[in-house]
Amino acid sequence: MTIVGICSFFVEGQGSTAEEGAGTCEVVEIAASTRRRKMGMVRWSKLYSFACLRTSTYEPSAAQELIGQPGFSRVVFCNEPHRHKRKPYKYPYNYISTTKYNVLTFLPRALFEQFRRVANFYFLLAAVLSLASLAPLSRASLIVPLVFVVGISMLKEAVEDWHRFLQDLNVNNRTVKAHASNGEFVDKLWKELRVGDVVKVNKDEYFPSDLLLLSSSYEDGVCYVETMNLDGETNLKIKRSLEDTLSLNEDEEFGRFKATVRCEDPNPNLYTFVGNLEFENESHPLSPAQLLLRDSKLRNTDYVYGVVIFSGHDTKAVRNSTRSPSKRSRVERKMDHIIYLLFSMLLLVSLVSSIGSSLLMKHDMDDWWYLQLPDDNKVPDLEGSDSKKEDLVKVLQAMLINKDIEMYDEAACKSVQARTSNLNEELGQVEMILSDKTGTLTCNQMEFRKCSIAGISYGGDTTEVDLAASKRMNADFEACQFSIGESDRISQSFEVSNFSAEKAVLGCPEVQDNANKGISRLSRTEEESVIKGFNFRDDRLMNKNWIHRSSLLEITMFFRVMALCHTGIPIEDDKIDKLRYEAESPEEVAFLIASQEFEFQFCRRTQSVMVLKEFDPSGKEVERYHFKVIFREYKLLNLLEFSSSRKRMSVIVSNEDGQIFLLCKGADSIIFDRLADNGRTYEQATTLHLSNYAEDGFRTLAFAYRIVEAAEYECWNTAFTKAKTTVGPEREELLEKASEMIEKDLILLGVAAVEDKLQKGVPECIDKLAQAGLKIWLLTGDKRETAINIGFACSLLRQDMKQFHLSLSREAESNNQVKAMKEEILHQIENSYKVMCEERNKEAPFALVIDGKAFEIALRGDVKDEFLQLAVNCASVICCRVSPKQKALITRLVKEYTGKTTLAIGDGANDVGMIQEADIGVGISGMEGMQAVMASDFSLPQFRFLERLLIVHGHWCYQRISKMVLYFVYKNVAFGLTLFYFELYTSFSGEVLYDDWYMTMFNVLLTSLPVIALGVLEQDVSSDVCLQFPALYQQGPRNVHFKWSRIIGWILNGVVSSLVIFLANIYILSPSAYRQNGYVADISSLGAITYTCIIWTVNCQIALITSHFTWIQHLSIWGSILLWYIFLVLYGALPPYLSGKAFHVFIEEIGPAPLYWMVTLLVVIVSLLPYFIHIVIQRSFNPMDDHIIQEMKYCFRKDDVTDNQTWIREQRNSQRSTRIGFSARVDAKIVIQRTVASKETINL
Amino acid sequence: MTDTDRVRHRDTKTAFYLFTQQKLPACKPVLTPAWVITIFLFTGFIFIPLGLVTLRASRSVIEIVERYDTECVPEPFRIDKVSYIQDDSIPKNCSLFLKVHKYMKAPIYIYYQLDNYYQNHRRYVKSRSDQQLLNGQKYQATSSCQPVEFNNARPIVPCGLIAWSLFNDTFTFIRERAELKVNRKNIAWKSDRDHKFGKNVYPSNFQNGTLIGGGKLNPRIPLSDQEDLIVWMRTSALPSFRKLYGRIEEDLDADDVVLVQLMNNYNTYSFGGKKKLVLSTSSWLGGKNDFFGLACVFVGSSSLILAIVFMLLHLKFQRPYGDKTCLPWNRKSLSG
Repeated sequence: MTIVGICSFFVEGQGSTAEEGAGTCEVVEIAASTRRRKMGMVRWSKLYSFACLRTSTYEPSAAQELIGQPGFSRVVFCNEPHRHKRKPYKYPYNYISTTKYNVLTFLPRALFEQFRRVANFYFLLAAVLSLASLAPLSRASLIVPLVFVVGISMLKEAVEDWHRFLQDLNVNNRTVKAHASNGEFVDKLWKELRVGDVVKVNKDEYFPSDLLLLSSSYEDGVCYVETMNLDGETNLKIKRSLEDTLSLNEDEEFGRFKATVRCEDPNPNLYTFVGNLEFENESHPLSPAQLLLRDSKLRNTDYVYGVVIFSGHDTKAVRNSTRSPSKRSRVERKMDHIIYLLFSMLLLVSLVSSIGSSLLMKHDMDDWWYLQLPDDNKVPDLEGSDSKKEDLVKVLQAMLINKDIEMYDEAACKSVQARTSNLNEELGQVEMILSDKTGTLTCNQMEFRKCSIAGISYGGDTTEVDLAASKRMNADFEACQFSIGESDRISQSFEVSNFSAEKAVLGCPEVQDNANKGISRLSRTEEESVIKGFNFRDDRLMNKNWIHRSSLLEITMFFRVMALCHTGIPIEDDKIDKLRYEAESPEEVAFLIASQEFEFQFCRRTQSVMVLKEFDPSGKEVERYHFKVIFREYKLLNLLEFSSSRKRMSVIVSNEDGQIFLLCKGADSIIFDRLADNGRTYEQATTLHLSNYAEDGFRTLAFAYRIVEAAEYECWNTAFTKAKTTVGPEREELLEKASEMIEKDLILLGVAAVEDKLQKGVPECIDKLAQAGLKIWLLTGDKRETAINIGFACSLLRQDMKQFHLSLSREAESNNQVKAMKEEILHQIENSYKVMCEERNKEAPFALVIDGKAFEIALRGDVKDEFLQLAVNCASVICCRVSPKQKALITRLVKEYTGKTTLAIGDGANDVGMIQEADIGVGISGMEGMQAVMASDFSLPQFRFLERLLIVHGHWCYQRISKMVLYFVYKNVAFGLTLFYFELYTSFSGEVLYDDWYMTMFNVLLTSLPVIALGVLEQDVSSDVCLQFPALYQQGPRNVHFKWSRIIGWILNGVVSSLVIFLANIYILSPSAYRQNGYVADISSLGAITYTCIIWTVNCQIALITSHFTWIQHLSIWGSILLWYIFLVLYGALPPYLSGKAFHVFIEEIGPAPLYWMVTLLVVIVSLLPYFIHIVIQRSFNPMDDHIIQEMKYCFRKDDVTDNQTWIREQRNSQRSTRIGFSARVDAKIVIQRTVASKETINL
Repeated sequence: MTDTDRVRHRDTKTAFYLFTQQKLPACKPVLTPAWVITIFLFTGFIFIPLGLVTLRASRSVIEIVERYDTECVPEPFRIDKVSYIQDDSIPKNCSLFLKVHKYMKAPIYIYYQLDNYYQNHRRYVKSRSDQQLLNGQKYQATSSCQPVEFNNARPIVPCGLIAWSLFNDTFTFIRERAELKVNRKNIAWKSDRDHKFGKNVYPSNFQNGTLIGGGKLNPRIPLSDQEDLIVWMRTSALPSFRKLYGRIEEDLDADDVVLVQLMNNYNTYSFGGKKKLVLSTSSWLGGKNDFFGLACVFVGSSSLILAIVFMLLHLKFQRPYGDKTCLPWNRKSLSG
């Protein structure tokens, strides 16, 4: 399947990034200078020197032989789509459909899906039996509910499928420019595209299908493609057309363009393509470099021309997508067992009945002359009454989730979507979250945040954690003061805490904001920077104030490095002064923007010259703060590229004075190693800043420079050029060596910190989730450093955490010996485990960081268990450099190994496997690309909504569904058993006490509305409280509401109720008269009375379960009871042959009897008494979490401030048990600071 | 939902908005000890008086129950009661003496009670045709009446097992040689007479030939006036049941002796069923049945006891309301 393909690609991809350094400019030289081109346009291909450009040498000779063979038989007539209308070249239109059903298949398939469910099948069985003449109930009364229930479920399926259809429609109706005739391009809908069509795709558009690249806006026929939707990688990939088709770069050229492509048949391998192009009587081999895949996007290229090769369902992207498996929640799976249990109870009952019946038949019944020949064998009744109102409830729940305004993203105008409603309650049982990084936690956008120049840190000194910690300590102090009673000492902060306390107890919506005040600092949402990519505030540097700083030289050099040492280029913007930049990595863009803000604007780049618009502090002061702005040209002599092994990048430039500088930026450790002795002035201070930045999760780069003597440069340059021109495997090594020669004796300038910008609210969300006891694993394709940075930024990691790193050493990796690698990993795991055992007692949490290669080994058979054991014991786990396949694999393993409910969240196509594998898959819909969303069960516009989705809605839904299911069980046991008891009194003949329609109405109308109200609207605590006490969420993972003991308890409760109802009725109403006029109860009146008792009992029972009464609950519960009387009256008013046993039963017979009403009262009270006593005992002596919080919330409302203090304190106490998350970090910090403080006092 | 919709909703705070945001005003009752004790006390105070009142009503009912199925078989036939009852040649009349213990005020209801008689057997219950009872022979589809549908190729009216097995013991009551006035009208539900049994439907071909079960019907009286049949056709729910026979419309004094002359026609001997004659007055509650009163008193007193128990428990092991130590995080820290 696709996974193999993805995997194999991934290995390649890794290789390619490692070799970035090697990709040099030669390739580009092909570009002939004769072609017309705008002046000043830079060769993009030169700047974006990606390693996958080792193209021209690629000769897929062996593969070419295959063409025309089976599996490689596709023929495409380019620009002649009409030839594909007839066989054998008839290929599908570019129409895609992801719907499960169509109009024709809907009925059979949906029915099949329905009856795969145990409950429905059981129902069906009952209905089929009812068709046999033996059954006691009328056919309609069994079939109607079945049709009702199945109908609702099918309706739900249909609605969900309809949404999928609409989504498809949207995609299918996008337009693209397609060639009509004579070089004219017209808009065409995606779905109308045919194989052979020539299309023109503009910048930032998606490719409508798999295209063969013919030419691009670049004269050398390259284009840049973003494949985030396919593999989740955010870096751009380069595609390159054949040289022979380069000339086709104008609309007019296509008037007479004709070519034939012979290639492989449609397949799901994203990274292979075999084919050849017959163009102008020549055959040219094609490679994946010419194939533009559907769902990827054209970037940084104005337009491309391409021919549709695969369309619609033949495209590789569509072939790759798997139908999302239908998932079922734990509760639902358990419900199957309950149904089995009930079914076996039923069988037992039936067995008893039939045995009894046959025994009686043998011995006694012959004598019952009034029955005449009682020789037919009777099948005892089947109480077909387990209804699946659940589906309806779940759909309504999903609707409410979708409608929640708290989870509405104003920016994207998107809200949460529950795409399948089956899993609502599963949301309340999640124990482990597996999260993707890019696009999920981060926005894939860098911001310049802080810098340290010449040993002085700019942009704020303290870390967020410090701030929050000091604030918290302050608050603690105040709270303490208060409890002592020194309330006369009123300080301002006291007032603040007091104020928030009041609000918290009132439970108003602002509580959230106030209670989280400490944390909200962390979110930079309010202080959103105006300039994208620049979030730096320090008056010492901004607004040209830096010119007054003492270390002016360092500062100017620092900015120069920032402005020159990169591979980006500027793009003209609408605004006059400011430029936008495009660069290989978002970091560089951030640096360029920052330098622009500091008035070192990088404005032009040609092949060899870079122009800066500099602000000249040495120049004359024209006016106050108006200095001369000068343009400076720097000659770019060499560019030593960044690579993952070098971890640094340098440029060698000479300024107008001919002075040669080497400007270098890179990872701090690397730079520090290469400093000159006189360049270490600021090393110490900088190191301190570095660690601060790192703790905040910023990505840091150190900047340094050196002045190179002309002679030295000449000497070095010859060596370097020689290395560059070397062809062969050792080339890379030579280049690296050459670079080393000059990148030494550097002078440290400082470090810059950029933030991989987290999405809004991510740290708070993770904090809350951690408090709710959830484990969060980060699975990312990024490199380790990035992953760790993000770990810090999200508070998944912190400084005092014990980190275990699992990775393969270089030798092992290169040797590629599985056994050695395995041993190495095993060794590492064992060591870590040892450490863990030793330090178990200490509070320090553990973190595990593992990279993809090590991962692959760790997931092999024998190492797997030990690895998972270690991983599960760590507070946070970060997996970097993992492939999509590994993501899916780890998800499955964790799910299987721990048996816990897992939730996977991601945004890209690379997360699809993980999303489908996890118990719940969540897709982020904020970004473009729908694959993850399509595969997901829930889609969120932003990660932060996960908090509310899980902690509020998950908690509610879990409670609701489990309460509801238990109530179902209870209700049907209570009702069904009365039928059985009556059997005992009818010599097992199968006669039913109630009228058929009573029984039908039971689940359909008379008891269903309260259940729906319970399932949709029940709240044990309000959403605010859920969020304030995330620990409440633990009820779900611990499954307190749906334990077997509970289930059995409810069944027993049902048994008791049924016994009370039945026995009380028959003993009270028989045999003497029940009315003053001497009438006795017959089967119809006894049935109606008993049934009344049941309706009352089950409806009052649900009133006891419900803890949240809105008018809807009241209406449904009391309305249901009223409905029964109305039903009885109306039904009884029908002519006798229609109304059967109910004829005039209420009006004439039971209604006027006082005993009827009194029996109802007595029976209801008695049958509810056991449950009532149970909850009273439970509440009084063994209360559950939600009980206490309910009490705290609703009983202390009116009380004074002391209780408000307790409210807050409890809220804080509830947070203490976690180990990850921002709050935990703050706590840890406080502990450290306190110990330091206490030590100091001792010392004093 | 579009953006403007949301804004509008936010502004107006309509009920629908509150519903979708799950923020409808709600009451959240919390079971506090005070509530619990109040509820128990309340239950107790409702049910004990109710029980006492109903017990009193039940006790005020005077009931005479006399089993007669064995006594009414003459000594020599007691070995084989079945053959006795099936032998038409033997006269079935029989006399019973009922002694009245307490003053019984008219109307005194006369019931016959059958035990171990499964009128609720499915086969039995189904074997009737409501349409035929209402419309007579005009209604042909009487297959539900099988096996008592046709006799001698002619339809039976009323058809079915229930009608066929009509109870046919008869009773006359004599006090001091004067026959007591027994009203046998209005013993069936009015709705049955008016709507279920046709006024123009007369029994025909009933209990003819070999198909003889229970009582016979006068073919000249329409079904709507055959109240014995109507009562019998109301099948009982339990295998032991009473059916109304009539009302004595004279008071009976204490120590009166009532001579009952009965025709013991009905065969309960083949299945060992008992036959009883019941004379009973009635109260506002109906007949004599202490069960309800006792149950009420029991429930009432046990909830009083529960109220006291809970009160004591609450005093002894009082858990402060909204007890913080019970919260999971605090508990955890206690256990270490």
